[in-house]
Amino acid sequence: MSAYQYDHQTIKGFIISSVFWGVVGIIIGLWISIQMWQPSWNVAPYFTFGRLRVVHTNILGFGFGVGAIFGLNYYISMRLTKRPLLFPKLARFHLYLFNTAIALAAVSLFAGMNQSLEYAELEWPLDIGIVVLWIIFAVNLFGTIIKRKEEQMYISLWYIIATVIAVAVLYIVNNLSVPAGLFKSYSLFAGINSANVQWWYGHNVIGFIFSTPILAMFYYFLPKSTGLPIYSHRLSIISLWSLVFAYLWTGAHHLVYTPLPDWIQTLAIVFTIFLIAPSWGSVVNGFYTVAPDWSKMRTNYLTKFFIFAITFYGLQTVQGPTQGLRVVSQLIHYTDWVPGHVHMGTMGWVTMTVCASIYYVIPRIYKTEIYSVKVANSHFYLVLIGQLIFSVSMWITGIQQGALWKAVTPEGTLKYTFMETLVKNYPFWQMRTVGGLIFAAGMLFFVYNIAMTIRSGNAISGPASKGVR
Amino acid sequence: MAGDIYKKPVMFAIVSTAVILIGTAVTMFIPMMTAQMHPRIEALKPFTPLQLAGRDIYQREGCNNCHTQTVRPLRTEVMRYGEYSKAGEFAYDRPFLWGSKRTGPDLARIGKKYPDAWHYRHFENPRKFFQESNMPAYGWLKENNLDPGDVKGHMDVLGFSYSEEEISLLQERNELDALVAYVQVIGTSIPRRRAVRTQGKTTTAEIKNPLAGNQAAIIAGRDLFEENCSDCHGEDAEGDIGPSLIDDVFLYVEGDLADDDYFELINNGTEEGHVEEGRTMKGGMPAFVGDMSREEMWSVISYIRYLKNKQEGKNRDG
Repeated sequence: MSAYQYDHQTIKGFIISSVFWGVVGIIIGLWISIQMWQPSWNVAPYFTFGRLRVVHTNILGFGFGVGAIFGLNYYISMRLTKRPLLFPKLARFHLYLFNTAIALAAVSLFAGMNQSLEYAELEWPLDIGIVVLWIIFAVNLFGTIIKRKEEQMYISLWYIIATVIAVAVLYIVNNLSVPAGLFKSYSLFAGINSANVQWWYGHNVIGFIFSTPILAMFYYFLPKSTGLPIYSHRLSIISLWSLVFAYLWTGAHHLVYTPLPDWIQTLAIVFTIFLIAPSWGSVVNGFYTVAPDWSKMRTNYLTKFFIFAITFYGLQTVQGPTQGLRVVSQLIHYTDWVPGHVHMGTMGWVTMTVCASIYYVIPRIYKTEIYSVKVANSHFYLVLIGQLIFSVSMWITGIQQGALWKAVTPEGTLKYTFMETLVKNYPFWQMRTVGGLIFAAGMLFFVYNIAMTIRSGNAISGPASKGVR
Repeated sequence: MAGDIYKKPVMFAIVSTAVILIGTAVTMFIPMMTAQMHPRIEALKPFTPLQLAGRDIYQREGCNNCHTQTVRPLRTEVMRYGEYSKAGEFAYDRPFLWGSKRTGPDLARIGKKYPDAWHYRHFENPRKFFQESNMPAYGWLKENNLDPGDVKGHMDVLGFSYSEEEISLLQERNELDALVAYVQVIGTSIPRRRAVRTQGKTTTAEIKNPLAGNQAAIIAGRDLFEENCSDCHGEDAEGDIGPSLIDDVFLYVEGDLADDDYFELINNGTEEGHVEEGRTMKGGMPAFVGDMSREEMWSVISYIRYLKNKQEGKNRDG
């Protein structure tokens, strides 16, 4: 092994920050889940559902998700390029700026500064901050890759590069606006055009934050933790290019039956169906990687995290395209089915992959073993059960809601008033809170396990711990 | 060698950018350059300062997290909410506020459906009208005054025209006033779709109430009245937000209303300026065409007639 050194401090910082924001976001998630069936939990003005919901999505998406993406993908890039980051001090600054931005994001959303664009709620000064964050990440990443010591770029690096490019294009375009004061702006786009731009962004930001960078982790940490090589490079190549190509056409499947021109909707639906193929390319690759030795599911506690995660990714990427079809959309769109769908992806696929990756990384950078495999197993089963209760109850009530909205009497009048359809959600919304509590309990096991691992590792701190493994 | 791209990060980045931009261009950039993405219907007016201030508050409070603003062209959806949304209705919306989830009902046709007083009371306490509603209360908006300077600045950024008088009037208005003003203008650039008189419910038009004086219908009508009517017309139809139904004034004109006109009024609601039997409506009452069956509407009428008779009896005796 050469004597190069990895900067682990920054990575630790990102991981701990990500977990911290994860806990905050989950607590807010529980809170708003209660508000759905108990309106007295709204505390005006800062803690009403309308404001808290966006704090929940932003903190978990950009605090927990992107924090983990920055940290773990720095880790992966250093390993795959066989060199430390090109600009370690910049990476440190990146970490500080990241936490500042997320904290300000939360505060500004509590205060009601909101562009009303889903997953792009932050007002323009923070948008600039977010763009700077990604530029710093891109500079460090590309610099490190260009100066790499390993000629071939492994799959994970392709996915990270594609992520950085796509996020930059998406985020900048969708947030274009004319400032009207420091805390308010009006979108550059109006009417149906603004809807089209927003969902081009909204769908793809999920693609390039909750799919590609998480796949980068999956492709790296699954072989690493199982010791089994990835099944097929050719399959991963085909998957990557077709995924990156097709994703950008599909945003308008969020706008089925709206006044957006029909041809854009139809084109989006077609490409959405096509997306099943590249998504399942990665699913198949994951399964076949472990196929030579399924006993790993028992003997290696991380394998089941990854395999269940990719299974949920597989289910998610079939369910999503199905929802895009007009006949399905007219029934389930605007109902609770949709949060059920989203949370299978975020609580099943993303969180499981991120947690397993962190379980892999933390003992290695602290030069120790995981504190307790038993605790990790409890964590696994709790988040699995919690997520299933959440998603399944939302699917049931979503279909019910859609059907009740459409029900007519033989005379041709609507059978139910809106309020009659709403009250039927209450038992399911309560069940979701139960699912969320179980999930949150699982995440507390995770936090405890990571904290104890860090404590028990004889904390080789300082920026220059030797990279041996 | 095509495989070389996995050894050349810069080339890889350039090719991925190109691949990403193809779908982006076809579905987003190119349509944006064409007129079909920028329609505007004639009747649509830019927001007034008060309405814009209300829209800003709608955004600030995240109303779009629970309410959509687009009616899909589906039969039951049009029945429930009204005319389906048209592309040209949103030309001044920066950004659009269609939302993605209906925890509460769609609001694309909420404008002018209810009178202002209904909205004030509903924002104050949504459970006053809908006991099991989960909507947060927004009465506290009353405590916040508007900042005319801010609103003026926002109007300038959007290039909407306004008079100085409109701006100075804002001084006396609060945030709740603004929100109600915005809600009342949503979706009003499209004329309301009125149901056909008998709306396919009967083969031959009924002129007389077939359930007049029917005891069972009066009892059923009482329940329906409490559920649908009493919040605005009062517990005993004595009038509140809406007019009294037990005096002899209908649509601001003295004299009783014939059964079929009564039916029509409940069926289609009232609309500002619409003339029914020589009486001009002022608007404010929603249509119940989608919510109540023919029989239910006749039952409600039977019950109201019963209340009115009772009242007239009292007047005589008193």
